[in-house]
Formats: sequence, C-alpha cells, structure tokens
Amino acid sequence: MSKFMGLLGKKMGMTRIFSEAGTAIPVTVIEAGPCVVLQKKTLAKEGYNAIQVGFGAKKKQRLNKPEKGHTKAAGKGGFYHIKEFQVADPDAYELGQEISMTEVFNVGELVDIRARSKGRGFQGVVKRHGFKGGRATHGSMFHRRPGAIGCSAWPSRVIKGKKMPGQMGDEFVTKKNCTIIDIRPEQNVLVLKGGVPGAKEGLVQIYKKS
Amino acid sequence: MNAIAQIEQEQLRHDHPDFRPGDTIKVHFRIVEGTKERVQVFQGVVIRRRRGNIGASVTVRKVSHGVGVEKTFPLHTPQVEKVEVVSHGRVRRSRLYYLRNLRGKAARIRERDIR
Repeated sequence: MSKFMGLLGKKMGMTRIFSEAGTAIPVTVIEAGPCVVLQKKTLAKEGYNAIQVGFGAKKKQRLNKPEKGHTKAAGKGGFYHIKEFQVADPDAYELGQEISMTEVFNVGELVDIRARSKGRGFQGVVKRHGFKGGRATHGSMFHRRPGAIGCSAWPSRVIKGKKMPGQMGDEFVTKKNCTIIDIRPEQNVLVLKGGVPGAKEGLVQIYKKS
Repeated sequence: MNAIAQIEQEQLRHDHPDFRPGDTIKVHFRIVEGTKERVQVFQGVVIRRRRGNIGASVTVRKVSHGVGVEKTFPLHTPQVEKVEVVSHGRVRRSRLYYLRNLRGKAARIRERDIR
C-alpha cells in the first residue's frame, strides 16, 4: 500500500447519479478534507519525507496536554484524526496550512480508498469464508460446521492459515482504483463511483494514485 | 442541506404528470442502437409505482402478440423523454401483480372518474 499524497475524509453514504447517457451510476459521497498540516517529516530528520495532517476538529476542552502541545505550532486547534502522507517535498507545505480537495484531486482521476470495514463480530466459516455448509434436513447433523481441519498422525497439527471461525470485519480494507465522478469544493464533497468499505460517518483515507 | 440530499435534488425531474397504479401510460424512452438514437414508446398499465427520491421507478405491463411484457423505468433518468397518461383506471390495490394471471376480458381495468 502506497502512502502517497491524499486526504482524510468521512463517508457520508451512497446515492446514484445519472450519466449523460441516462444510465444510473452508484456513487459514494465522501466529505474529504480540508486537512491541516501539523508536522513535516524530512529525510534528514525522520528518514523519510512526509507531512502529518489532522482532520475532524476537536473541541478545546477535549484535548489533553500532549495533543495541545503537538498541535500548537499549527495553531488550528486539535483533531480527532491524525495521519501521515508521504510527499516528495515536505517544504512545499507550511504548518497550519489547510489542504483542500481541489489541490489534490481532479474529476476523472483514480484514487485508492482505505477504511475500516464494518465489524461483524465472531463469525463461523459459512459467513466468514463462504464455506458451503451441509444440508438442513433429512437427518443431517452437519449444518454450518467447518468439517475436518487437518490430516492424521502426520503432520499431527493443523496447517497455519487454515480457515476457521473468528473475528470478521473491523479491519482495514483497501479498495483500489475508484473513479472520481464529481468534486464539490464548496461542500468539501467527493463523489466516487461504487462502494467504499466501512460504515457511514466512518473515517476514510483517500490516496492519490501516483 | 446535506450533500447527498442536494445531489439527489439536483437530478430530480418534476415534469412527469401525476399517475397511479391502474392508469395506462405511454413512456417515451430514448434508446441507442449502435450510433443512432431513437425514441421508443412503451404503452401499458402501471402495475407498480415505487416512490422515493432519485430511485423512483415505474413498472408498466402490456400484452404484446399474446405475450405479457413488463418494463421497469427509472423515473428520473434523462433516458425517459416524457410520460403521457392515456387513461385513468380504478383499482383497489397499489401493486397489480394479479394482472399477470389474468387474460383478455378479465384483465380489464375499470375507468376512474377524475373529476
């Protein structure tokens, strides 16, 4: 996963847009940015070039002392979400600078979306891995079980990576090559073709393809 | 207004006449064949109307050469050129799926008084 320049945003939900030909395009609406530059990381000091940005303003009384100190230089208050993006030249940015979507994205470009998927809790193999399961009736006692998980005396252990029940969802998922259908800078709204991982109101990281 | 509502609002069409299930309508629908574009008219009985914003649609049924044909049109797509109401019908439910099982005289719908 490349961590190149992008923005942080909030998933707002889905709708549809009719193309000029009249076909309906399913779209996800994302409130992207503006992100405030909080820190510059340089090759000389940190070993790589990046900028750290904040998104989602946090009330002053909710900030703890380390947060206050860290965001003081930028002078734009505190943030709920802080992330880094790798850039070629961090000195092109200034502390406290607000990066809006128009500076980063254009209509028609492709972006990668990274977000935390909806949590589904502890799930069995049928839902989690798409196992077929057994028949429901006619005396079948094998409904949604995983079946045998290994061999016999050799290797007398279960092979690593065996698909088993467990936590499903609530993990980072990247969706690559989402087309930008529309941008609306006055509302900070990005309209992407297709779905995006995660719940509404969830944080999404939008990476520019480079 | 929230951004999604606004995106939908901008695309909504307000030029369709008022019609209900049971009415007979003509849908003028643009279709592209190769490079040419032409308008196809589909006339039939409205057996379902789905309300809602941008996703609103209408299902129209007609019997063509003895074969029942149903088409569902999204109402807000620019592909629909216009909708004309041919006649108003009186029916007692909103989803007229029972018409699928009826033929000929039994499938008639009484005229609705629209005074």
